[in-house]
Amino acid sequence: MSWVDRVRALLGDDAVDVAATPDGVPRVAPGSPDAVALLLGTAREEGWRVRVEGAGTWLPVDAPADLALTTRRLDKVPAIEPQDLSATAEAGIACDLLRQQLADRGTWLALDPPGLAGRTLGSVVATATAGPLRHGFGPVRDHLLGVTFVTGDGRLVQSGGRVMKNVAGYDLTKLAAGGFGAFGVIVLVHLRLRALPRADQTLVLEGSREDLAQVAEDIAAAAVQPAAHELMSPALARRERWLLAVRFAGSAALVSAEEGALRAATGGRFTALRADEAHALWMRAAESFATRPVTFRVGALPDSSDELMDLLQHQVGDEWISASPGIGAIRWGGETTVDRLRRLRRTLAGLEVPLTLERAPWPVRAAVGHFGAYREGVGPLVAGLRRTFDPGEAFVVAVEGTE
Amino acid sequence: MTAGTATAERGGSLAAALGEIVGARHVRTALPERVTFARDGLPTHRHVPGVVVLPGSRDEVVAVVRLLAALGVPFVPRGAGTGLSGGALADDDAVLIVLTRLNRILAIDPVNRIAVVEPGVVNVRLSAAAAPHGLYYSPDPSSQTACTIGGNVAENAGGPHCLKYGVTATHVLGLEVVLADGQVVELGSPGGEPWGPDLVGLFVGSEGNFGIATRIRVRLLPVPRAIRTLLADFSALRTAGEAVSAVIASGIVPAALEMMDQSCINAVEDSVYAAGYPRDAAAVLLVELDGCREEAVAADADTIAGILRAHGARGVLSAADAKQRERLWQGRKKAFGAMGRLSRDLVVQDAVVPRSTLPDVLEAIGRIATAYGLTVSNVFHAGDGNLHPNISFDGRVPGLKARVDQASGEIMAVCIAAGGTITGEHGIGLDKLRYMPLIFDGDALAAMRAVRLVFDPLERVNPGKVVPIHACREWSGVRTHPGREPGDPRAGARGELSELAR
Ligand SMILES: Cc1cc2nc3c(=O)[nH]c(=O)nc-3n(C[C@H](O)[C@H](O)[C@H](O)COP(=O)(O)OP(=O)(O)OC[C@H]3O[C@@H](n4cnc5c(N)ncnc54)[C@H](O)[C@@H]3O)c2cc1C
Ligand SMILES: Cc1cc2nc3c(=O)[nH]c(=O)nc-3n(C[C@H](O)[C@H](O)[C@H](O)COP(=O)(O)OP(=O)(O)OC[C@H]3O[C@@H](n4cnc5c(N)ncnc54)[C@H](O)[C@@H]3O)c2cc1C
Repeated sequence: MSWVDRVRALLGDDAVDVAATPDGVPRVAPGSPDAVALLLGTAREEGWRVRVEGAGTWLPVDAPADLALTTRRLDKVPAIEPQDLSATAEAGIACDLLRQQLADRGTWLALDPPGLAGRTLGSVVATATAGPLRHGFGPVRDHLLGVTFVTGDGRLVQSGGRVMKNVAGYDLTKLAAGGFGAFGVIVLVHLRLRALPRADQTLVLEGSREDLAQVAEDIAAAAVQPAAHELMSPALARRERWLLAVRFAGSAALVSAEEGALRAATGGRFTALRADEAHALWMRAAESFATRPVTFRVGALPDSSDELMDLLQHQVGDEWISASPGIGAIRWGGETTVDRLRRLRRTLAGLEVPLTLERAPWPVRAAVGHFGAYREGVGPLVAGLRRTFDPGEAFVVAVEGTE
Repeated sequence: MTAGTATAERGGSLAAALGEIVGARHVRTALPERVTFARDGLPTHRHVPGVVVLPGSRDEVVAVVRLLAALGVPFVPRGAGTGLSGGALADDDAVLIVLTRLNRILAIDPVNRIAVVEPGVVNVRLSAAAAPHGLYYSPDPSSQTACTIGGNVAENAGGPHCLKYGVTATHVLGLEVVLADGQVVELGSPGGEPWGPDLVGLFVGSEGNFGIATRIRVRLLPVPRAIRTLLADFSALRTAGEAVSAVIASGIVPAALEMMDQSCINAVEDSVYAAGYPRDAAAVLLVELDGCREEAVAADADTIAGILRAHGARGVLSAADAKQRERLWQGRKKAFGAMGRLSRDLVVQDAVVPRSTLPDVLEAIGRIATAYGLTVSNVFHAGDGNLHPNISFDGRVPGLKARVDQASGEIMAVCIAAGGTITGEHGIGLDKLRYMPLIFDGDALAAMRAVRLVFDPLERVNPGKVVPIHACREWSGVRTHPGREPGDPRAGARGELSELAR
């Protein structure tokens, strides 16, 4: 029996879609968390190499594998609880569909990850790609109450729960968030929500990067507390010059007070956007990254943001950059080579700044790895964790590069 | 010789070797001295450690841990010992490593709003040190005048103001950790971005099972410039619980949203911490709003006061000044102490439920208290749904302790049935091991244990805590799936699997 036939025998004819992937790898779409577990249990026994796919819109679906496992049929939203501000969603739900369902119930997931609107929730969690809202609402992990994932040998592991605080047992959710799928396929996610903001206002200022960096400092010094505070390169913002975009979200009183404070701190230089303009700006910024072959993120001390952007400009160019200077987070997009990425990662490591490769074609991912240049003693811990959750190395994930 | 007998047999020579590292006066071997470390904040567990050692620096910690690794002796890290789950207790065969002498604040960086501290720094000291820069360390467990930041990291401690600003995990950016074999690793990065998988996030809340945190890098926040503190009183517990949900759904996130029931109110009012809470109220809510803009905080406070009234508050008092605010908070923060006066013994419970279930759960807890003839007082982080039902009793009364245990178990069962969990901030330690299989299956427990083995392959750091080993499923090796025969992975599976696939 061929592999495809075996999988059909396991999960039914309609779970396999052989023609779908560009590279001819059979694609399987299990319809429930248990089906994912059964599939991976079998993969382990048969020695199949599996690549995990969400909607296939963020990372190219190009890793060499025997089987592609897509989460796209895991698209149910079993619970939205406006009274608790929590929700439970399967990992394959598209972010835009989830957002709509949440909004219908007056709730909001304060995450605006890069990529296309149809990205799956699971891919956002797996890659921990937070967007500009990370300034005010924190990284992806801060929005998770718990996850259920399936290990490389087909075990369904539940971690956390659906309540706001939880210290029962070790926090394995933290491994799933940003593990790039190396520790398991995320099948179910419990989310911490916020009430849909009553007011949501974006203001922008165009200028040179140096000028805007100064303005950003003034804003921080005045203790203005925006939801997003993002410095975008001209190409990304589709403007002549760099753009500093500041977003406030919350009660009407809060938003108007913060807007006043912003104007006071910056001499009224910002322009307020209409809601449709603001929406278009943030969408564009998110989607633009999906059009570049490579994206990575770096995280540093806030006061070194400027210096780091100089370094990026020098080593890999600064055409596509989106940075939250207030928290030292920078996302870069563009075209570059394995050698340059490796050199950059080494340089950054010398400055104690980690570089996380978010997306790239498989040859680049495989060579550079999502992570690398670890501090002493960290590599063996990561390797140990991988062995624990994927003992047969079923998942095709370039956790570290080949250097 | 097994590790188990190592300390007892070598007591003298081990103590001498430890003394060479830390100085003889920082090693405690006499029974009366060791007994002072036999409990943590929970009165119900007592374990006398074999030896107590108090290193004075990170290097001394490393040397101590390496010595113990070479001898195969288990050890337990301990901060201030205020924990409420029996986590910082060591048995006779183990060494207790007390970290209170590692109490230096190593750096405060006001520009990047970051501090680096040793683990023995007492929580409030950091905020005091940051205050001149207009900054503070946000997680504020009620024990903050005593507990250490190392203990907070290990327990992922919470506090009243974690509703808006997040629990300890949100604020820890990086850690230096001494592993079980004495190796030192740095987790995370200076700015807080994970360096690889999020090992900092994984370590926080690991209850001392993954090693000893010797340096902790935390985020500081600007001290809020505007604060409003409201006290709302209710004539029924249920109404107060419903008001909590209404506040949460409003979209305004209070800095804190705490509830105290009548029994707790009376305990506080009878104590030196009397805060002027209305004694005839079935419950009060203490709601605090804060921020950087006076006008916004004032407007939001008005909105919240309106919501509280609309949901049945008899009255809403707004603290007139800082002094009154402090008094209102003093009552809340010292409530445990005040309840301690109600009876000889007090069991402090900790569980979390979805916030919308608070009214039902509180009523159910009341019924359990009545059924067992026990006094249960509730004082808790209502905004997070984090309950603390506390049972006052006299442990000398024959059979009473068993009844308290049974009632505690029933309360836990009610919380789990409501979709909740068995601890929101106090941890599992020893005390809640028996409840772990109620919320995690054998695979989830086995996964936790397997992760611990990556950090501590011989399970020598704080043995016997957090994961009930007997309830873990086998982890390594090929596993058969239910409904399948070993050796024929697909036999008979087709129908069942197509079902699953659908
Ligand atoms: C052969 C092959 C190898 C791949 N190797 C990698 C790789 O090494 N690293 C990598 O990050 N991506 C890898 N991917 C990419 C991933 O499969 C596609 O990017 C994905 O299909 C795109 O869907 P999306 O738009 O929903 O977001 P995605 O791009 O699907 O998802 C982005 C990342 O999240 C992971 N992911 C998505 N959903 C889950 C989930 N529920 N649980 C766990 N992880 C999830 C994906 O594996 C992917 O890594 C690989 C893809 C293929 C085809
Ligand atoms: C009156 C009272 C009120 C309380 N209120 C709260 C509250 O509001 N919120 C809350 O979350 N908790 C509260 N607690 C519980 C307790 O204070 C916290 O759990 C606190 O974090 C424990 O700190 P500690 O220094 O006392 O740690 P300990 O009790 O000494 O140790 C606790 C655990 O941490 C481990 N540990 C200690 N230091 C380290 C280290 N450096 N590295 C690795 N592991 C270590 C120990 O092994 C142990 O497992 C309260 C306790 C009391 C008595």
